[in-house]
Amino acid sequence: MPRSSRSLTLRRSRFHLLMAPISLIWCLPVIFTVIVSFRSFTDIIEHGLGGLPHSFSTAAYSAAISGVGTGGEGRALLNSTLITVPTVVVMLLLSSMAAFALSRYQIPGRRAIVAVMLTGNLLPPQVLLVPVVRMVQSLGIFNHLIAPILVQIGFGMGFYTFVLYGFMRTLPEALTEAAHIDGASPVSIYWHIIMPLVRPALAGLAALAATWTFSDFIFAISTLQSSSTFPVTVFLFNFQTLYASSWNVIAAGAVLAALPTAAIFLVFQRQMISGLLLGSVK
Amino acid sequence: MVALAEGVAAPLRRRRLYPERSGLRRIPLVIWVFLGLGTAMEAFWVAWPALNTFYYSFTRWDGIGQKVWVGFGNYRGLLHDPVFGKALLDNCIWVVGFGGLSLVLGLLFALALDKPRRGVGVYRALIYLPLVFSLVVTGLFWQTLYKPSGPLDTLLSAVGLGGLEQQWLTQPHLVLYSLLVAAIWHEVGYIMVLYLAGLKAADPELAQASQIDGATGLQRLFFVTLPQLREVNLIVLAIVVIDSLRTFDIVWVMTGGGPNNASQLLSVDMYTEAFSDLQLGYASAIAVVIFLLTVGFVMFLVSRMVKADR
Repeated sequence: MPRSSRSLTLRRSRFHLLMAPISLIWCLPVIFTVIVSFRSFTDIIEHGLGGLPHSFSTAAYSAAISGVGTGGEGRALLNSTLITVPTVVVMLLLSSMAAFALSRYQIPGRRAIVAVMLTGNLLPPQVLLVPVVRMVQSLGIFNHLIAPILVQIGFGMGFYTFVLYGFMRTLPEALTEAAHIDGASPVSIYWHIIMPLVRPALAGLAALAATWTFSDFIFAISTLQSSSTFPVTVFLFNFQTLYASSWNVIAAGAVLAALPTAAIFLVFQRQMISGLLLGSVK
Repeated sequence: MVALAEGVAAPLRRRRLYPERSGLRRIPLVIWVFLGLGTAMEAFWVAWPALNTFYYSFTRWDGIGQKVWVGFGNYRGLLHDPVFGKALLDNCIWVVGFGGLSLVLGLLFALALDKPRRGVGVYRALIYLPLVFSLVVTGLFWQTLYKPSGPLDTLLSAVGLGGLEQQWLTQPHLVLYSLLVAAIWHEVGYIMVLYLAGLKAADPELAQASQIDGATGLQRLFFVTLPQLREVNLIVLAIVVIDSLRTFDIVWVMTGGGPNNASQLLSVDMYTEAFSDLQLGYASAIAVVIFLLTVGFVMFLVSRMVKADR
């Protein structure tokens, strides 16, 4: 007995001896960037970018937020939010409606419809880019926030419909049959019976969708043109060329842009992980 | 990141679990509206542009003037285009390196962090933390790290490996691999999540039985655990290959494909042709190549899944 408990302790400490340094190394890019972002420019010049910090300053953050010549990161973060919130809400609403129709009614060829919709989502966005930009221009919404919103709703539809379709199919048929016999309308069955039941799935998908929409770069950079409309990803891209030598400011900009999605992750970690797994592994 | 691929296998499995339902026979008009809104959005923003890309790829077009029909001219041009050749080659390296290492590292982390014990939750969270950063932010993190005499170089010399100091992002033979490391760092957490779920679904009695029978840890891994992960393997493969073919943000932010095309990937080449050189027809031909590679690979994997499912 004492022998086995000793070996257990040994194994346990071996596990931590291995994993603690690995996770520390894993986080080095984040740690270094955060450190650089809090150093002053003169400190970096004097002691080198890789040197130990000799200063603590939030000047880089103010510089990133005001972002002279770029519209500022505050504006960019606001734009990202203005794109993300309507995209996520409308995308989940429309895809849950489509999933409801496909999973609860005998739509002819519904399995094929779901498969084709999902396939559309597997396409690399680059394949759509040139025509999408043309369409956005001829609709007169080029350089308006509505452009990346619409494109991302269309592009995400396949995935979210597919996942919600799979989820709704697992709900017992009797639920809707009974409500139907009681005279409930399809809309009220959808809203009052099905939607409350898919809430856990929706929470995970919403957290995921928010992170991904917030992270979009390629659709935004192709459909938006001026710094007043840029979301934070495109802002950072331009920012790093403009502020090429102010590493602390770029680092601060990157940290600021990472905060919203990191916050979503911290709050919704469990839902996000389950969202990632929805429809993938039983 | 594609989480999009992850579901590919699910309907195949579900088919057995949940047999076709009777459903409600009559389909009310409002249900057609429900279905129509979403599908119309996707048809308009995905299917229609995709078809147009095919059409554009047979034309020469600068986006302003008339489109000129050139037949397979753009595709013939690709054959003699050294930049496209370099992008194709780099993308092959990328598929193998990015796909392979993400898969192996994701699996290793999942195996290490599978059993519930103290601290596992923290380690897991740290490993998949990069997943929540956009690829642009990830690119900037690594750019800070890679700066000449930056944190990485300083760290290397501090631990006595000063000889390894490099110009990480400007040396042509090195830059692609420097980017690869950053991209893998972003992907591994996702792969680990998938493998953790796969391991959870694996039968613990098999592992116990083999342990009692005297199988070593490695034997258990190769003959008991891994065979049970076959389905996850296919999903993971689909995800990493699709992600490899769409890789754009991180390269565009960190190097733009340079220096001198040293880190050129297909989507980067395509984007440059389209939006810097305004060769929209030619860029569309590259887009079609990316499309065909993706579809070809996904169909190959789906056929493997169907076979595995039987």
